[in-house]
Amino acid sequence: MSHEHPSPNGILGHIQRWVFTTNHKDIGTLYLIFGFSMFFIAGFMSLMIRAQLVQPGMQLLDPATYNVVITMHGLTMIFGALMPILAGFANWQIPLAIGAPDMAFPRLNNWSFWLLPFAFTIAMSTLFVEGGGPNAGWTLYAPLSTNYGPPSMDYLIVSIHMLGISSILAAINIIATLLNCRTPGMSLMKMPIFAWSWMVTAFLLIAVMPVLAGTVTMMLTDRHFGTSFFNVAGGGDPLLFQHLFWFFGHPEVYILILPAFGIISEIVPTFSRKPLFGRTSMIYAIICIAVLSFVVWAHHMFTAGMLLSTMIFFMYTTMLVSVPTGIKVFNWVATMYKGALTFETPMLFAIGFISMFTLGGLTGLMLAIAPADFQYQDTYFVVGHFHYALVAGTLLSMFAGIYYWVPKWTGYYYSERLGKLHFWLSLISVNITFMPMHFLGLAGMPRRIPDYGLQFADFNAWCTLGAFMFGFAQLIFAYNMIQTMRGKGQKASGQVWEAAQGLEWSVESPAPYHTFTTPPQIKSET
Amino acid sequence: MPRTTYVVPPTYLPLIGCAALFCLAIGFVSWLHQLHYGPYLAITGFGLLLLMMFDWFRTVIHEVRAYQLDDDPVIDHSYRWSMGWFIFSEVMFFSVFFGTLFFIRVFILPYLSGAIPEGTMTHFILWPDFKNIWPLLKTPDPQAIAGPKAAMEAWGIPAFNTLVLLTSGVTITIAHWGIFKKKIKQAVLFQTLTILLGILFLYLQVQEYAEAYHHLGLTLGAGAYGNTFFMLTGFHGFHVTLGTLMLMVILYRMLKGHFTPKPFCI
Repeated sequence: MSHEHPSPNGILGHIQRWVFTTNHKDIGTLYLIFGFSMFFIAGFMSLMIRAQLVQPGMQLLDPATYNVVITMHGLTMIFGALMPILAGFANWQIPLAIGAPDMAFPRLNNWSFWLLPFAFTIAMSTLFVEGGGPNAGWTLYAPLSTNYGPPSMDYLIVSIHMLGISSILAAINIIATLLNCRTPGMSLMKMPIFAWSWMVTAFLLIAVMPVLAGTVTMMLTDRHFGTSFFNVAGGGDPLLFQHLFWFFGHPEVYILILPAFGIISEIVPTFSRKPLFGRTSMIYAIICIAVLSFVVWAHHMFTAGMLLSTMIFFMYTTMLVSVPTGIKVFNWVATMYKGALTFETPMLFAIGFISMFTLGGLTGLMLAIAPADFQYQDTYFVVGHFHYALVAGTLLSMFAGIYYWVPKWTGYYYSERLGKLHFWLSLISVNITFMPMHFLGLAGMPRRIPDYGLQFADFNAWCTLGAFMFGFAQLIFAYNMIQTMRGKGQKASGQVWEAAQGLEWSVESPAPYHTFTTPPQIKSET
Repeated sequence: MPRTTYVVPPTYLPLIGCAALFCLAIGFVSWLHQLHYGPYLAITGFGLLLLMMFDWFRTVIHEVRAYQLDDDPVIDHSYRWSMGWFIFSEVMFFSVFFGTLFFIRVFILPYLSGAIPEGTMTHFILWPDFKNIWPLLKTPDPQAIAGPKAAMEAWGIPAFNTLVLLTSGVTITIAHWGIFKKKIKQAVLFQTLTILLGILFLYLQVQEYAEAYHHLGLTLGAGAYGNTFFMLTGFHGFHVTLGTLMLMVILYRMLKGHFTPKPFCI
């Protein structure tokens, strides 16, 4: 019962193909295109922020609009760009990597994706609602989002519900695929490391997206149905919101970084021409990070008020995360040690990721120390820290993954010259943008402000310069990818990379519409 | 042994589902904002969602029966696992409200009443009269948010309803065994009984809510006690409603002879 290749007729045919598709490759492509479109929208917002902050004084945005822009920048980047792009990788690569014909539930897969544009239509429409868009910051702290939130907050709440449904369904689908659709003979421990990273990520998604849904539901009832969950007068507490939000929020951060670990763990061995060092320990490290992510949330709220014993507990658990993370960094470096290294663009991005993410991790360790955190809390140090983790971390790994797999997806190599240019510009500008933020924060510049004291002027000008450079570098990336998709590059073989291991390289490039309709045999060493 | 794969054909169902949720979401918020089209849009969305789900499940059932997909252990296990993980997500959803109840009782109220940390100033500055007595009949600021006149008694409808739910667990197990042992009459009888128990539960819960609102002054807005009471029992009642609907569909399919003692049948 196999179906023919889709042969769309006219525009209507094309729309039908993409809207009704149940094919994991189509859906993966949709996720990636949607994710990168949102990345450019949210990136444009970040340039608005940096343009505002280029020098002291008010230039571009009034303070109210500034708050809306930073809120929407954060939410759009996390829920609109990073998560969908990672889900796009999952859709394309998981069935290919484990020798499955498709995801376990192809219809559900379609729904998971198409919910996103609908949800983001609602989220973006908040910008045009009377009273202005959501302005409480991406963390939506009560009572900023409840008592003092604009009417548009309600639209944001329902769009978060839709995003939650999408994420939970996608995660269930991924976990069912990984547990049941592996080719015979591929035991769990033999499963490729990227697939493993997504197994753990999917578990985190199923565990915490309902928590976010419940929390925003309470926000909604506080706003409209007279409850006082986040209101002390009725026996609730705004602090409760922070606890619930970060119980979601911290695992969420690892949802964004674990698949990145998976991508890097695939790329480094290929270009080192060596198997991944300590594969088993890498898998256990991912699991360990995921488990720990549930018991560290209160480190986001050290200054919000909590018992000393609680503070000490969360301080130690947070520092404990650096152990499995350290294992991963060590293993990547050990994989490269004495390898026959070549530095194609994916490998450059991977090495960039390892070094930059380590910096982001180290500043995280600084933030974990409760007494020191009293100084860093809500300063630009925090902004610098998480942008190192998410931009210099997750985003660089995504570029690495795109360059690594795009020949498999399109059948053509990208332009290596433009790829390298993109890498060097991105790496340099990321550091120009975010490195000064640490010093600004240590010197006392608070985050989420549209204006600042004169003493912060020089560093802020550097940050803005870097941000615009980074934005420009992404245009090179977009051009390079569009050219590759149009088939302008060199034709790629099925193997693509000389030393790439794994089932996805056993099919031709571009990967046929239906792969592995009969389960492949796996070689003993994979 | 290589297995051939069933390739799922393109589908319009998710698009309907998206449109339905979109209308429901926009309609609901518009309703809250007193826009006149709100209720109509929300109800249209909800109806569309039900239709979509009906169509979706029907499609899956037909497909599985037509191609005997239930013989495929891969598909069998996928459905089981996904249901398991879905239930896990529900557990996490409910844990938000249980966690809230826990946090209110163990941290917030002792804090506001000055018990932890000892000698805290918050208590004396904000509401020095506040005492931490659960159920919370007197909120920290009764002028702003009035508490209920009385709490819901555990003995009475709640205890009886618990018994109803536990019994329905027994009856559905007997129905399940009826299918295993090919005693279809037993299965149908006890399945029907389970559905009736579900409906009885919901009926009694409506009575309970009516009593709470009209006699006890216990409303959703009645401070922390009312908030958590209605949030937890409300979402639970919603789940019982959905579960009863599912049981009805299963009963209908039992009567059509869809279920056999095979280890898996969808």
